Amino acid sequence: MLNIKEIQTIEQDVIVIGAGGAGLRAAIESSAQGLRTGLVCKSLLGKAHTVMAEGGVAAAMGNVDKRDSWKFHFRDTMRGGKFLNDWLMVEHHAKESPDRVRELEEWGAVFDRTKEGLISQRNFGGHRFPRLAHVGDRTGLEIIRTLQDHGIHQGMDIYMEVTALELLKDGDRICGVLAYYRETGRFVIFKCKAVILATGGGGKAWKITSNSWEYTGDGYALAYEAGAELMDMEFTQFHPTGMVWPLSVKGILVTEGVRGDGGILLNNKGDRFMFKYIPEKFAPETADTVEEANRWLKADKNARRPPELLTRDVVAKAINAEVKAGRGSPHGGVFLNIATQLPGDIIKKKLPSMYHQFKELAEVDITKDPMEVGPTLHYFMGGVRVNPHTQESTTVPGLFAAGECSAGMNGANRLGGNSLSDLLVFGRLAGIGAKEYITKLSGSVNINEDQVTTAIRKATDILNREKGTNPYLIHEKLQETMQDNVGIIRIEKELETALSDIEKLKAEAALVKAPGSSQYNPGWHEALSLHSMLVTSEAVARAALIRQESRGGHTREDFPDESKEWVKYNIVSKKGPDGKMITEKLMKMDPPEHLRLIADASLEDLEAGKI
Amino acid sequence: MALRTFKVYRGNDKAGELKEYQVNVEEGMVVLDVLHRIQADQENDMAIRWNCKAGKCGSCSCEINGKPKLSCMTRMNSYGPDEVITVTPIKTFPVIKDLVTDVSWNYAQNKRIKPFQPDPKKKDERGYYMMQEDVERTQEFRKCIECFLCQNVCHVLRDHDRKDAFVGPRFMIRLASLEMHPLDIADRIPEVRKDYGSGYCNITRCCTDVCPEHIQITDNAIIPLKERVVDRYYDPIAWVARKITGDKK
Ligand SMILES: Cc1cc2nc3c(=O)[nH]c(=O)nc-3n(C[C@H](O)[C@H](O)[C@H](O)COP(=O)(O)OP(=O)(O)OC[C@H]3O[C@@H](n4cnc5c(N)ncnc54)[C@H](O)[C@@H]3O)c2cc1C
Ligand code: SF4
Ligand code: SF4
Ligand code: FES
Repeated sequence: MLNIKEIQTIEQDVIVIGAGGAGLRAAIESSAQGLRTGLVCKSLLGKAHTVMAEGGVAAAMGNVDKRDSWKFHFRDTMRGGKFLNDWLMVEHHAKESPDRVRELEEWGAVFDRTKEGLISQRNFGGHRFPRLAHVGDRTGLEIIRTLQDHGIHQGMDIYMEVTALELLKDGDRICGVLAYYRETGRFVIFKCKAVILATGGGGKAWKITSNSWEYTGDGYALAYEAGAELMDMEFTQFHPTGMVWPLSVKGILVTEGVRGDGGILLNNKGDRFMFKYIPEKFAPETADTVEEANRWLKADKNARRPPELLTRDVVAKAINAEVKAGRGSPHGGVFLNIATQLPGDIIKKKLPSMYHQFKELAEVDITKDPMEVGPTLHYFMGGVRVNPHTQESTTVPGLFAAGECSAGMNGANRLGGNSLSDLLVFGRLAGIGAKEYITKLSGSVNINEDQVTTAIRKATDILNREKGTNPYLIHEKLQETMQDNVGIIRIEKELETALSDIEKLKAEAALVKAPGSSQYNPGWHEALSLHSMLVTSEAVARAALIRQESRGGHTREDFPDESKEWVKYNIVSKKGPDGKMITEKLMKMDPPEHLRLIADASLEDLEAGKI
Repeated sequence: MALRTFKVYRGNDKAGELKEYQVNVEEGMVVLDVLHRIQADQENDMAIRWNCKAGKCGSCSCEINGKPKLSCMTRMNSYGPDEVITVTPIKTFPVIKDLVTDVSWNYAQNKRIKPFQPDPKKKDERGYYMMQEDVERTQEFRKCIECFLCQNVCHVLRDHDRKDAFVGPRFMIRLASLEMHPLDIADRIPEVRKDYGSGYCNITRCCTDVCPEHIQITDNAIIPLKERVVDRYYDPIAWVARKITGDKK
C-alpha cells in the first residue's frame, strides 16, 4: 500500500509552475510581495522556451520613432488579434510594457542601443512603428538570463527538473501540486495556497513545430483537470517562416526579424508574391509597389510597410497557397532572401544566430543565398481563461496563469514580440494577484490523500505494466493526425477525423508501457505527457470544429470568411461532470468606449492626437 | 540513408558501459537526431537533455568521439562515412544517467556572484543611457548559453577537480560581463582573486576553443580580469588613478 506520509512534502505560499519569462517574472513578484515562493520547472533553469525567442520584445517606448505610444500598440494588437482579444488585457499590456522592459535594464539586461544611447527598437510584422527592443536575434536569451540572475537573489526556492503531474484541491480551491523529480522518479507534494501556471504552449502535438519537448500542453491539462476553463484554443499560430530543409530541422524557427530588417519572400518564379495577398483591411497601410517597399527599408517615413510584414496568419496562408499552386521551392517552402537586401557584414551583425543556424544546420550562407522557409506551428493564442485584473482562473480559486499558457491577450493571432512583453506584464500581475488572493484567504488547506494516491498509482502503472504500446509511437500518431487534420487550413470532415483519432489514442494511452526504472527515464516522461497532449489536442480540434468562420490563426476552407457574428464569441472548453469535454460559445464583453474609439481610429487621427 | 554504428554511454556515475547501436542515418541529420532515433526505436529510457535543437539553449552538451560538443549542432556528415561515433557524457560533472550529468554546481557558483548594481545617475525618465560601442564587450559575454562545455574542458576543474577553488571560465565571463557593464558600480575584484580563484587559470585557452558561441573567454574576459587584480594588488597607483577618473575599463 502506498503510504502518503512517506512522500516528501514541501510547504510554500505560492508554487509557480514553469520557469520561462512568465514564471520567473511571476516568482520575482511573488517573492517581492513577501510570499514564500517555489519555482518548479521541467528543464534546467534558463532552458525554457523563452531562451529561444529571437526577434524582440514589443513596448511602445518611442525610442526610435517618437510618434509611437500605447494607443498605437493597443490598436495594432487588437487588429492583429482580429478583435477577439480581451480589451482590458490589451490596454494593460500596451500601457505597461515600456516599464517592464526598462525594469529589465535595471536588473542588468543589455539591449542594443540607439545613437542616443537608449534601448533600440526594430520593425516587426503588424507593428506600426519600430517597437521591438532586442539584442541581435537572441532577445529571449537576454531576457531569461536577466530574470534568472536577478531571481536567484530574491529568496525563492527553485526546483529544477521537476514535473508537475496534478493540481491538488481542497474542495474548490487549490491546495498544492503533485510532482516528480525527473532524476530519481520520486514523487513530491508541494503544499501551497496558490499556484501560478506558466507552462507555455503545446506545439509538440504537431509534427512540424518550432517548439521543444517541453511544449506538451501540461498547463492546459493541469488546469482542465482541476476544473478551469480553456479559451480560444482553436487559435494556433503557424509562424510563416520555419526551416524546411534538412528534414531533421524542419520546423525550426527563422525569426521574423529577417523580414523586419528587409528580407523578402519569393516563389520559384522569382516573384515577390506577398503583393498579391494584401487583405483589404490592411491595404491603406501597406506598400503596393516594390519601389515603395524599398523606400520604407531606407527609413522613408512616408512610405508604407512592405507586405512581407503583414501579420503572421496572412503571410503563412500566402506561403501555403504558393506552395499548393506549384510555385514552391525544391523542398516544399518558398524563398526568403536577405542577401540581396543588406550587405553581408550587416546581416551577420543584425542576425548572427540565423547566420549561424543556416550555416551549420543547412550549409546555406544567408549573406549570399536565399533561405527556404515554410509555416511551422509556433504559438498558442488560447489557454487558461483568466480574470483580466488578476490572472486568476475564472473557475478555480487560487489558480493563476500567465504567459503563453493563458488566454485573452492575443485574441485570434499574436503579433511578434507581444509574447515576451506579455510574459513580463502578466507574470508580474499574476504575482500581485496571488498576493491579493492569499491575503483574503482564511483557514488552512488540507491535502486530499486519495487524490494523491490515485494520481501516483496511475503514473507508476505505466512502469509496472507487463506490456503495452510504445509511448513514442502514440505521440507520433497524434502528431500525424494533428498535422494532417488540424493544420493551417481546416475543414469539418478532417476535424472530425482528428477527434475520432484522438479518442482512439486516448484508449491506447491508457495502456501505454514504459520500459526501465523511474530514474531519469525519458520513455516514462513521454508516456506521462501523452495525457496533456491529448487534452490539448482535443480542445483545439473541438473549438476549431465549432468556429464556423476564418479568423487569425484559425482558417476553415468550408467557411473562408471572417463573420460579423462570430467576433462576438470566444469558445470555451471545460471538463463536464461525466468526465467528457464540454465546448461552448461564450458571449464576449462589450469594449469600454474609450478603447473602442482607439481601435477604430484612423492612423491619421491617432497621429494628430485627436483620440 | 545509411546504416551507421553508434556507441553510447549507458549507466550512471558508478557503473556503465559503451553500448553499440546500428541506426539508419538520413541526409542532414545531426548527432542529436540519431540519439533521438535510438531512444524512440531501441532504448526508450536512454537519458539525454535537449531543448531548442538549434544551438540556443545549451542543454545537449556531450562528448562526441572525445570532443566536447553540442549534439544538436554536430552534423553527421562532419564524420567519415564509416566512422564509428562514440557519445559520452561531459566528464567534469557526475553522471546522473547515460548522457545526463549533474551540473548543479554551476548554478551554485552563479549564486555566489554579487548581483548587478546600476548607477542611478545614468538614467532619466526615458531609461538608462549607454552607447553601443560601450556595451559590445558585455554583450559578447552575455551570448553565453550555459552549455558548460568550457567548464568541462578546463583542466583546473576537469583534471585537478579544484571546484572548491575556481569558479571556472563560464563564471569568469559572468564576472567580466558585470565588471565591464557600463552601468554597474559594484566592485568584485577582491573576490575575483580570493573567492573565485582567477589565479588558478593559466591561460591554456582550452575553454575558448570549445565555446559554441565563439566567445573570446580567455583574451577578452579572463586576462583583463587578471590585469585588474594585478593593478589592484600589485600596482595600487594605477588603480587609484583609475578610480579618480571613474574609468572601470
Ligand atoms: C524559436 C522561437 C522564437 C520566438 N521568438 C519570439 C520573439 O522574438 N518575440 C516574442 O515575443 N516571442 C517569441 N517567441 C514566443 C515566446 O518565446 C514564447 O511564447 C514565450 O517564451 C513563452 O514563455 P512562457 O514563460 O509562457 O513559457 P516558457 O518559456 O516556454 O516556459 C515554460 C516553462 O514551463 C515549464 N513546464 C512546462 N510544463 C511543466 C510541468 N508539467 N511541470 C513543471 N514545469 C513545466 C517548462 O519547464 C518551462 O520552464 C518565440 C518562440 C520560439 C519557440
Ligand atoms: S584558459 Fe583558464 S579557464 Fe580556460 S581552460 Fe585554460 S585554465 Fe581553464
Ligand atoms: S562561455 Fe561558451 S562554452 Fe562556456 S558555457 Fe558559455 S557558451 Fe558554453
Ligand atoms: S538542444 Fe539547445 S543547444 Fe542543443
